[in-house]
Amino acid sequence: MGRLRLFVPLVAFALLAVLLFRGLSLDPTALPSALLDKPFPAFTLPTLGSDTPRSRDDVIKGPALVNVWATWCYSCRVEHPFLVELAERGIPIVGLNYKDEPTKARQWLVDLGNPYSDNISDTEGVLGLDLGVYGAPETYVVDASGNVRYRHVGVLDSAVWEGELSRFFSQEAAP
Amino acid sequence: MRQMLLVPVLALLTSMAWAVIETYEFSSLENESRYHRLSQELRCPKCQNQNIADSNAPIARDLRALLHRQLEAGASDEEILAFMVERYGEFVRYRPAVNQQTAVLWIFPAAAVAVGLLVLIIHLRRRQRVPRQPEPSETELAGLRAALAESSGAGKE
Repeated sequence: MGRLRLFVPLVAFALLAVLLFRGLSLDPTALPSALLDKPFPAFTLPTLGSDTPRSRDDVIKGPALVNVWATWCYSCRVEHPFLVELAERGIPIVGLNYKDEPTKARQWLVDLGNPYSDNISDTEGVLGLDLGVYGAPETYVVDASGNVRYRHVGVLDSAVWEGELSRFFSQEAAP
Repeated sequence: MRQMLLVPVLALLTSMAWAVIETYEFSSLENESRYHRLSQELRCPKCQNQNIADSNAPIARDLRALLHRQLEAGASDEEILAFMVERYGEFVRYRPAVNQQTAVLWIFPAAAVAVGLLVLIIHLRRRQRVPRQPEPSETELAGLRAALAESSGAGKE
């Protein structure tokens, strides 16, 4: 017993080291969506294509990605080519044009290509608020029953896609 | 040269004035004080170590506007906090409700202090239990004095 007690500090140190080492690879700013496994919030908003308001079930037919973007958002420009690539692979992407001017947004899609099946035009950020958006770009995974399954904050690139999102699209994403 | 240095120094002194300046009209003084209290309690999801009262992020501005609207519409503190938590998670409160997710947050500090106190008490008790050395007897003292006298006497020679 007396001998074993000598090892207490060593064990304590080892536990602390494991804990801190784990902390090195965690992202302390990562926030899961408050809507995980809950339905995507209902909305009635115009799209970039037409001014007639459309509803959630009309626009989002899961499984699909919902990508929050805006022309004022520099990172959105960075991730745009990858979204186009995903769309070419057959992944359905719905755009949520967040607190933006529709004219500018339409021009952006003409210039850079349009990976979106539809674009919800949320000029006031109302849907963004219900969704818990706190900055563009953000990308949500909505499943077949219309539930939010995942949220990625920041640029969506191939590493994020392979690591976090592609598992929700196993059938469609197969090359 | 001195005057050139004065400018940046004075500029640093103005940092207190960097807090967000906005004007909202309140229907009552009570609403205004509730606005200040809640905007300090709510945490900005974008710049995570600031409350929405201090933050300049667009989302914080939106949330302040929303808070003002809800207060003026007569929502209670609980309703407003529930609305925010529903959208941004318990994260958005600096004092989150106690539930399964936040239990560690609430319990750990108290538990750590309790464990620390326990260790301290055990340690002190154990030290008390060590038998004290018996006082030296008269004969031992006499022997020691003799030895001391002898060594100091030897030192003088």
